[in-house]
Formats: sequence, structure tokens, C-alpha cells
Amino acid sequence: MRGYLFIAAMWMRSTLTYRTSFVLLTLAQLVTSGLDFVVIAVMFAHTDTLGGFELGEVAFLYGTSGVALGLADLLVGSAQQVGRRIRDGSLDVLLVRPVPVFAQVAADRFALRRLGRLTQTGAALAWSLVLLDVDWTWDRVLLLPWMLLSGTAIFAGIYVLGAAFQFWAADAAEVQNAFTHGGNTLTQFPPHVFARDLVRGVTFVVPLAFVNWMPALHVLDRPDPLGLPAFADFASPVVAAAVCGVAALAWRAAVRGYRSTGS
Amino acid sequence: MDPTPPPDHPTGDTAFPVPPPRASSSGAATSGGMTGGELIRVENVVKTFTVRTRAGRFRREKTEVRAVDGIDFTVRGGEVVGYIGPNGAGKSTTIKMLTGILVPSSGRLRVAGLDPARERTRLARRIGVVFGQRTTLWWDLPLRDSYALMRRMYRVPRDRYRENLDRCVELLDLADLLDRPVRQLSLGQRMRGDIAAALLHDPRVLYLDEPTIGLDVVSKARVRSFLRAVNTEQGTTVLLTTHDMTDIEQLCSRVMVIDHGRLVHDGDLRGLRLGGHSERTLVVDLERELPPIRLEGARTLRVEGPRQWLAFPATASAAPLVAEIAARFPLVDLSIREPAIEDVIARMYADRAVG
Repeated sequence: MRGYLFIAAMWMRSTLTYRTSFVLLTLAQLVTSGLDFVVIAVMFAHTDTLGGFELGEVAFLYGTSGVALGLADLLVGSAQQVGRRIRDGSLDVLLVRPVPVFAQVAADRFALRRLGRLTQTGAALAWSLVLLDVDWTWDRVLLLPWMLLSGTAIFAGIYVLGAAFQFWAADAAEVQNAFTHGGNTLTQFPPHVFARDLVRGVTFVVPLAFVNWMPALHVLDRPDPLGLPAFADFASPVVAAAVCGVAALAWRAAVRGYRSTGS
Repeated sequence: MDPTPPPDHPTGDTAFPVPPPRASSSGAATSGGMTGGELIRVENVVKTFTVRTRAGRFRREKTEVRAVDGIDFTVRGGEVVGYIGPNGAGKSTTIKMLTGILVPSSGRLRVAGLDPARERTRLARRIGVVFGQRTTLWWDLPLRDSYALMRRMYRVPRDRYRENLDRCVELLDLADLLDRPVRQLSLGQRMRGDIAAALLHDPRVLYLDEPTIGLDVVSKARVRSFLRAVNTEQGTTVLLTTHDMTDIEQLCSRVMVIDHGRLVHDGDLRGLRLGGHSERTLVVDLERELPPIRLEGARTLRVEGPRQWLAFPATASAAPLVAEIAARFPLVDLSIREPAIEDVIARMYADRAVG
């Protein structure tokens, strides 16, 4: 953790040597991430509900999923660049330092511009809370930070799995992007608009449904399209722990199996 | 996800006294000898890689390559060991196993009392590593900032850090470079910067993988004299791989030659020369031009005016030859040339290829 902070700080200072580029990239991320939301707004200009969800409810899904991905991306998103380090052999340099290599890889090229997505989705979430007509009982209130943390952990676990996989297949980053950014786009919308098999897939195979769908169903008081028992709404932390556990094992195996380059 | 190492003692490891003098105890079995106890032990270490090659459109064939094929050696504290061999012989693979980057397929390794692959992060505090082709420095930040990060990562006490940095800055002539971003440094300057970065935490062993590759003559000389100073003054054990035979001649008390993953020589430089079928050369300056000198046990290589080159076996003594020449010819000057190690090693490889 200490090492992570030092290294992240070094990269921040490093990016600040190119100030203009930093400002432009942050703005660009804010805009591209904002465009997603514009798409949703445009849809609601033509219809009042989407899969039975009103604008405020979709904004809630959008915000919770976006904040979770934004946090995970900020904290460990850098790990997806490990493939480059593996290919050019510079991972060797990280491996001979007295800081756990995962901390170094997670902080590698730490980019503060990722705050762009977090700010924008955070704002959308706050706005949705104003719009929503929800009876804020204590279980619903607690469920909100609960789901944000679990969602972050699930996305983080997927980032790490993707990074570990790059030790064997250098271009695995794209596959992992399909699950992180793709998963984010998916979970911005209500599960009811998707085919049932897809929803099953992201519930039981890659548990993206637990990022926000399941807990949100309870907060918004909506029926579960898969008809899972009620405890599924609260199961996100367990699922997140499982994903992170698998990711940790995969990472460990990957580093032990590291082959380095020829010289 | 390695566990965060426990907060060590402020110096990293108090079990090993901070230099100087530091070579006195190592925790491992001290069996006298050079300047210290055993620091590195390698027992029957093998590293195999599976290489997949395409065979046909979809089929892939797996072949097993033995990069390191059962090597044994030990290194004592304070030694300077040259590790040489042709490309692909297994030099880098050995270094990577000694640093914990690669996990050996079989065999046993101990470095400074630790198992490198299992305790890589802990071991990192006790060793310094310089990869000639890769830098540990931050590209866009001043050199000084990278050193400050090293201090934090290695938890070097401030006064210790200051002392080490000052010494490196002085001996490696870094004073004018400290505030320059690393990307603006030349290769030689960057290499000096990297070597300093590897020594700020008082490592017990310093590994250098091709430290002089691509450097000009002046930079090479500076790097060598610095390494010599680090070894004699700090007692730091040095293990270096190189293709530059001058590095070996000027630095190493011991040479290990690896070829096809096996150690084919381990001993001093003289042993390496004598081991092959090498010859030394006697350069004789006469008063005037004379026909080639013919002597028992030597052959004339070349005649150029009054100067003649005579080759004789490296194992033979030069004294009787010199005496005989001095007695029979009008001798002005005379010198002996040791065989170039390149030639010796090339001959060793050739012998092995034939044998």
C-alpha cells in the first residue's frame, strides 16, 4: 500500500510535466464518458420508460455502475498495461524492487485523468438520487455504499484477472476491456431490456449483475427478471470477495510462471 | 499479491552489519576464505522453457529448451565474479533466477540466506540489480526524484542515504545530472545513474547485466573504476555478465563461463587461459633486421623489420626462451603478451563444438 502510494505519486508528477496534455486528456475523458449519458438522455426524449424503468432509475443504474468502474479503473486499471511491460521485459525491473509487484503494476502510469469518469458518473448518481422517488428505509440507504464498494471490487477483480491473463496471452487486455467497459455499458441499462440468457450469463458466469443490478432491484423495489431468492440482492460482497480471490490466485500463478524476455 | 513485507529494521537488515566493515558475518556457514562467508549457493539448478512453434496451420509443436542445465557454484562475500558466455548460453536466465524473477525448474538457490523465488520481495532489499538495457529511473523526472523514491521503497535511513548518494555522486560524477530529467541523459550518463540507484540501499550483492554495453571508452572506464571502489571499500560482492573482455580483465578475480546452459569454466583468469590450448606471444625487438629466430618450444608468427613475434604455449615458462634469445641475439627490448580472452573463449567453444 505504501509502495502503491509512492509510485502513484511519482507517476502523477511525471504526467504533470506535460501539463497541457494532462488537461486535454482529462477533459476528453469527461466528454467521452459524458456522451454515454447523452445517449440515455436522447432515448428518454422519445420514450418515458426503458424496460419499465424511468429516467431517474436508469440514471441510478448508470451512476452506480459508472462510479464502480471509475473507482476500480482509478485504483487498479493500470494493471491492464502489464502486457507492455511483459513484452519489453521491463517487468524485470519491477520484480527486483522490495515492493510487491502487484502494487507497482497497479500504480504503473497512474493516471489522475481517470478522475474524469468518476466525477461525471458521480454527478449522474447524485442527480438520480434527487429524481428518484424511493422510500429510503435504512436497508436501502446502507445498500448504496455496499453496492458501490462491491461493484468496485468486482470490476477490480476483472481488471486483475485480465492482467494476469496477459502473462500468457499478450493481447488479453482487449478481452478484459469487453468485460470491464463492456460490462459497464451493459449494467447502465435495466436487466429487463436484455435477453434472459444474457442476463443469466452475467449473473452466473461473469457476475456483473452483482455490480449494481441485484442490489439496485432492492433499492428501486423492482422484480428480479431471473426470479432469484431475495438474498441475491444482498450477495454482492460475497460475489466480489470470490471474484477477487480468484483474481489473486490467478495473479500469483501468473507471476510465478513469468518467463521474462531473452536478454 | 505478495503480502506487504513486515516493517523491517530501519537499515533493512540489522543481521548484516552496515559497511564498512561488512564482510565479517553473513549468517550462512562461514568457512573462512576470501573476505567473507558464502553469499550465493547454486545447486544443480535447471531452468527449462517450453517453446511453442508453429507446425502447420493450427497445430503447434511444443519443444523443451534447457536454458540452464544443471549448474553448481558458490560465491563468497567480497568476490567479483565475471559471468560470461555466448548469446543464449543462459547468463541472463541465471541472473534472473538469482534475483527471483524466474522460478527454477529444479535445483536449489540461496542468496544472502534467502530463497530468491519464494522471498523475492525480501531479497530485493539485500541485492542491487542493474540491467544494462533497462532502466529503473523515471523517464520524465529529474534523476534526484528517482533516488528519493528508491530511498522510500527500500526504507533507507536518511543519513545513510545521504552518505551513499554523496559517494555515488562524487565517484560517478553525477553532480551536474541530478536535476536533469532522465530522458535527457546520454546512455553512459543514464547507466551511471542506474548503477547509483542500485547501491543506495547498501546491497550485499550487486548484479550487473551487461553494465558497459553501448558505452564509450571514457564511460566504461569510469564505471569500472567505480565498481572496483565499491567492491574494495564497501565489500560489496559483484556478479556481472558482459561481452566486454576488458571488464573481465580489469574487474574480475574469478570468471565463470557458461555455454549451452552448463558451466564450462569456473576459476581465475589465468586458469581460463591455461585451460584452453592458448599461446602467449613474445615480442622481440632486435638491433637490426635478422632472419626469423628459430627456437625449441616456440614458433615465429611474424617478422617486421627488427621486430619479431614468437608464440609459445601459455603453460610454458617464458624464462628459458628469454634467456636463450638474450644470449644468442642482439636484443634491444622484449615484452610478453597474454592471450586475448576472446580468443581463448572462442577456442573453448570451438573445442566443445568439435568434442
